[in-house]
Amino acid sequence: MSTTSTTLEHTAPPSAGPRAFVQRLRQGDEVAHVITLTFAALILLITSLLVYELWINSHLSRTKFGLSFFWTQIWDPISGDFGALPFIYGTLVTSVVSLVIAVPLGLAAAIFLAELAPRRLSDGIAFLIDLLAAVPSVIYGLLGIFIVVPLMRTILGPALKAVLGDLPIFQGPNYGVGFLTAGIVLAIMIVPFIISVSREVLLTVPRDQREAALGLGATRWEATWKVVVPWARTGVMGSIFLALARALGETMAVTMVIGNDPKIKASLFAPGYTIAAVIANEFTEATGDLYLSSLIELGLVLFLMTFVLNGLARLLIIATDRGGGHPS
Amino acid sequence: MSRVRLLWRKSLNAVMLTLTGVAAFGVVSILFLILGYLIWNGGRSLNWDFFTQLPKPVGETGGGMANAIVGSLKLLLLAALVGLPVGLIAGVYLAEFGGKAFSFVVRYTTDLLNGVPSIVIGIFAYSLVVLPVKHFSTLAGGIALAIMVIPITVRATEEFLRAIPGSLREGAMALGASKWRTIASVVLPAASGGIITGMLLALARVAGETAPLLFTAFSNRYWSPGWNQPIASLPVMIYTYAIAPYDDWHRQAWAAGLILLGLVLLANMGCRLVLNRRGITRSV
Repeated sequence: MSTTSTTLEHTAPPSAGPRAFVQRLRQGDEVAHVITLTFAALILLITSLLVYELWINSHLSRTKFGLSFFWTQIWDPISGDFGALPFIYGTLVTSVVSLVIAVPLGLAAAIFLAELAPRRLSDGIAFLIDLLAAVPSVIYGLLGIFIVVPLMRTILGPALKAVLGDLPIFQGPNYGVGFLTAGIVLAIMIVPFIISVSREVLLTVPRDQREAALGLGATRWEATWKVVVPWARTGVMGSIFLALARALGETMAVTMVIGNDPKIKASLFAPGYTIAAVIANEFTEATGDLYLSSLIELGLVLFLMTFVLNGLARLLIIATDRGGGHPS
Repeated sequence: MSRVRLLWRKSLNAVMLTLTGVAAFGVVSILFLILGYLIWNGGRSLNWDFFTQLPKPVGETGGGMANAIVGSLKLLLLAALVGLPVGLIAGVYLAEFGGKAFSFVVRYTTDLLNGVPSIVIGIFAYSLVVLPVKHFSTLAGGIALAIMVIPITVRATEEFLRAIPGSLREGAMALGASKWRTIASVVLPAASGGIITGMLLALARVAGETAPLLFTAFSNRYWSPGWNQPIASLPVMIYTYAIAPYDDWHRQAWAAGLILLGLVLLANMGCRLVLNRRGITRSV
């Protein structure tokens, strides 16, 4: 009822009264409005239902473990002790590794596409990068198992140890699978998102900003790095948040190369586990309600992490679109 | 002194600009590396049996993935039947009817739903469809994929409807058409090309999804008649075969990977070329 009256307010001519409403009803406008509104509301319903189901079905685990779920390291289905810490750790470490690789790479590529490449070349490359983003994650996993893992075991791992072996993160046995391998595969998967969103954002920077910097004698690189990138930084941050949210929730590729071992190790060569991977691996085998409920609570944690990040990312990108992202 | 500084600035300029180019071409070359490796490995493993045979029992070589190919198609059909209409109609609401505040909420929620990790969508479909009936089914897998199709379709529909010029709507209304008549007979047909392309992209994206199927559609080494039994799909088969210790299974995983990637990339290329020609490059 309230919806129909609000529509009347902003679409009907000022002199229209109840008769106009009846006429619109007869013509089907109000019916069409209500039907489409129902489907739009359905999206809100689906999302709320998703949260509700995750909440209800993790009830057993939430009441039994409470907050200690988040700082318990033990994951023992046989004795019925479940703690999320190794998975949260693994999820964060692999995501951070992937960002460390993907952000400089993605930002550099975006700068090239937005600032240097001729428009046609830039569009062509952006097209290929969109295709890269469309590659299914199980394919990345397949290539991860058969290319990145052997590469890590034979070349990359030993090389890193030789150069940076003094750092604790590069010590310990190297099996090929582990945090670093998962981070590398993730980096390849998220870099297309960073590039295509950052490129769009950089392209919205007004032309006179560049010209002013160049006119003052800045080199091309200085104009880009000190003027254009700071101008677009909010949007670039948004693209990084989006990529991070993807990395956190990515399942298949990580499951296939991380080694699936719920331990917290400082070494990046050590096998680990992530939230998404443990759900993928153990959900169908979960015997007992508490086990399943703990896995669903992990799902809830993952959902909340990506929910917050995505929310922030969208706000940042909206802010840039409205021109609020630059220092003025 | 200042000449040294100028030289330094110029060389920094040259180095950094070169590096950005290297980064761009490096990332693009990954695509060709993936394609080349899959064609090389998958091409050698593809044979007629792959398309016509069921998987052989564990330990025997040979066999194919006929059931997984049909399975993927059935799951996509369900996802399309359920997800596309919902997405389309909700998209029409956002573009044509929506008020300001409510539309913002719906749009924001749609984006958030789009960003929910696919494994979580799997849990959701599991608790909606699998838990009540206590067994995995084609239906559950289809629902999981449908939920992922909806947000993409909504945003594509809204975008293409908004791209239709207002003069077209005014023209129809001036001829006495009501609002819904204008939308149904003028606006939607005008935007239909773009909307259909967007829908195809949505289906191409979920066609490669594995995580939401693991505990909804599960898998099956035989045919799965009807909609109420576990069903095999190409992505899940690639996953199971790739992590198994048998060489012959790895061979078949490559073949399946080539088929899946080929279909997904062809659909994407076709759609994006159509969209680019219309001058729409953003956001789908």
